[in-house]
Amino acid sequence: MPQSEQSELEQDDEKEVIYMEMPHSNSKPMLLKPNKPVGIIGYGAYVPRYRLPAKEVARIWTDGAGGLPIKEKAVPGLDEDVATMSIEAARNAMLRAGIHAEDIRAVWVGSESHPYAVKPTSTIVAEAIGAVPYVQAADWEFACKAGTEAMVAAIGFVGSGMARYAMAIGMDTAQGRPGDALEYTAGAGGAAYLLSPAEEALAVFEGSYSYVTDTPDFWRREYQRYPEHGQRFTGEPAYFKHIIEAAQALMEGTNTTAKDYKWAVFHQPNSKFPQRVAAQLGFTKEQIAPGLLVQVIGNTYAGAALIGLTGILDVAEPGDKILMVSFGSGAGSDAFAIRVTDAIRQRRDLAPKTQEYIARRTEIDYGTYVRYRGKLAMK
Amino acid sequence: MSEVVIAGIGQTDVGEHYSISLRDLALIALEAAIQDAAGLRPDILFVGNMIAPAASHQAHLGALISDYGGLSGIEASTIEAGGASGGAALRMGYFAIKSGEAKVALVLGIEKVTDQLGPGAESMQALGEDSDYEAVQGLTPNAQAALRMRRYMHEHHVSHDVFAPFPILAHANALTNPHAIYHNPVTLEAYKNADPISDPLTIFDTAPVADGAAALILAQPELLPAGFAHPLVRISGSSLVTDRLAIHDRPDPLAFTAARRSVERACRQAGILPNDVDLYELYDSYSIVAALSLEAAGLAPRGEGWKLAQDGKLSRDGDLPIATMGGLKARGNPGGATGVYQAVEPTFQLRRRAGANQVPYARRALIQCLAGPASSAVTHVLEAI
Repeated sequence: MPQSEQSELEQDDEKEVIYMEMPHSNSKPMLLKPNKPVGIIGYGAYVPRYRLPAKEVARIWTDGAGGLPIKEKAVPGLDEDVATMSIEAARNAMLRAGIHAEDIRAVWVGSESHPYAVKPTSTIVAEAIGAVPYVQAADWEFACKAGTEAMVAAIGFVGSGMARYAMAIGMDTAQGRPGDALEYTAGAGGAAYLLSPAEEALAVFEGSYSYVTDTPDFWRREYQRYPEHGQRFTGEPAYFKHIIEAAQALMEGTNTTAKDYKWAVFHQPNSKFPQRVAAQLGFTKEQIAPGLLVQVIGNTYAGAALIGLTGILDVAEPGDKILMVSFGSGAGSDAFAIRVTDAIRQRRDLAPKTQEYIARRTEIDYGTYVRYRGKLAMK
Repeated sequence: MSEVVIAGIGQTDVGEHYSISLRDLALIALEAAIQDAAGLRPDILFVGNMIAPAASHQAHLGALISDYGGLSGIEASTIEAGGASGGAALRMGYFAIKSGEAKVALVLGIEKVTDQLGPGAESMQALGEDSDYEAVQGLTPNAQAALRMRRYMHEHHVSHDVFAPFPILAHANALTNPHAIYHNPVTLEAYKNADPISDPLTIFDTAPVADGAAALILAQPELLPAGFAHPLVRISGSSLVTDRLAIHDRPDPLAFTAARRSVERACRQAGILPNDVDLYELYDSYSIVAALSLEAAGLAPRGEGWKLAQDGKLSRDGDLPIATMGGLKARGNPGGATGVYQAVEPTFQLRRRAGANQVPYARRALIQCLAGPASSAVTHVLEAI
């Protein structure tokens, strides 16, 4: 190397790197907690009746070979979409809450399969349950956590005193490209939650916490019919990272551990992921059993964590603590610590239970599925 | 002419490095190797890489990596020879030192495959094939390996199960290699029940393509101070041979002619027979390729490569240990970086610094890197000094 070049490089090496001082916060995670405590006064599940067994998908696409991620998924009928299904769930929530619809000040629907690109689902739902016209209504989009994002907003709305009641719904008729791995699991269903001041509630929020980054693991661009995904990138850096960070911060902030919760529910895109993340966070199979529904209804996307929670509320007893953590691609997780109150006993039998919807079952073959889901493009 | 010694080594974990960019991956291996070589500063860089232009929209890796690695101004370029790119880069580094044109050479193998998904990732793997006659027809590397395995089973009257010891051995050896992609043992039962990739090939016959970077500092030994940080390893044989690229131009699809010639030349240069080595880092991109490589090296008669693997002869305490750190199957196959990993790992062995993976009495290693079905074959002989 020429002498001049060498000395130049050596000089470079000697330069000191100077870091600018940036203001930053060293504080511990701050829980999302409203000024006035908020809870759930009513909840309602909905699952359409048709079921497509995963082995039917395998029969068509892999000659029956390969492992199956679930047993079967729920499929909406020809006359069902996120609007009608949200109305079903919202009416169930109203039955349990026993309040006047005009007292509801927000109807928010989170979904990634809103029937219209422009025109809200939430106005249809609000009209159908009689909550119009003095009401906030809007649709939420954050892949599979649109519903829990609406729930966080509803906690703030009620907790601030701007509303006495607010409804948050997560519902989907998920899209899976024919032949794609997602076609086995892309299901239909969800749940509606009516939030109220804690003193009226059948379950109370003790805190929530969200963890969000720009992580492109799964997406559907405008005018695309089916989503795309980053294959295994959807696992560790997306699903597991966000759920674990949100759950751990919430448990740290509430001074709780897995043992303090009677039940837990995590976003459930397949059977394996929620069971693995539960084990990593120290939860047992028994703790997640009543909320783990993906094997029999599929991945209900924005509805997945929320309908798992209705499954738990259907069997929970006063005093039980529940951890719920959603996950939405793109990506983020909302974690909630929930405590069940005495009111659960009087309210839970006032509407159909989650397991009753699951038992209401008509099996269909792949051809019927193709027809019901409009997968035969005629033009 | 100078001797060529390996003065420094570095490697990243092999895996899915979603959060580490191409250049950062290179930097980790580069800095580790220079540090291992007690700060020796290279005056030439050869980058072994196959798919960065397709996968990461990045060519010109010589300038990129020398710049990013704080070596701006040195001679640097990319060497590409399909899956054998890492081995080919090592050979160029060897040339540079041997000829006296350079005093210290950095050989860096790198591959970042996880920037692409699904069909995109699959077609990148076929870039090293004959595009007009093979890749475009769907005859991907997996499909070719399956055809070759079927032919082998047919010609030599063996069942699929005879290949089981290759992945079982590789996974066993990777258990204690912290840089390996897999740390799970494979059982015969699991092998028999594995999901097919392209019949008769299953997931356990196929090495996982993954991200990784590995680096070597090569030097003229007289340049090194007395009492250098490590026992030195000498490159005593080096050879690169090509074959007909497309499978339909080969008179015998089960003969790895380039692999055979390359072993012969490297061993002749080193003054040894293939049998004289203490370990053999072969190219187990597929279990069938491992068997054919053993035959090509003259270590087993034609049709009997699989037999060598049956009785523990190839395990770390056997006669001829292979894949001592997990091989491509279980350490992982980071494309153009693989050939450099294949030199880094035996350097640990010959320095007697391989820990739980140490092959007893390791003095001499044979390493071979192939592109596809030995369309290019690069073989080196490494010896402890």
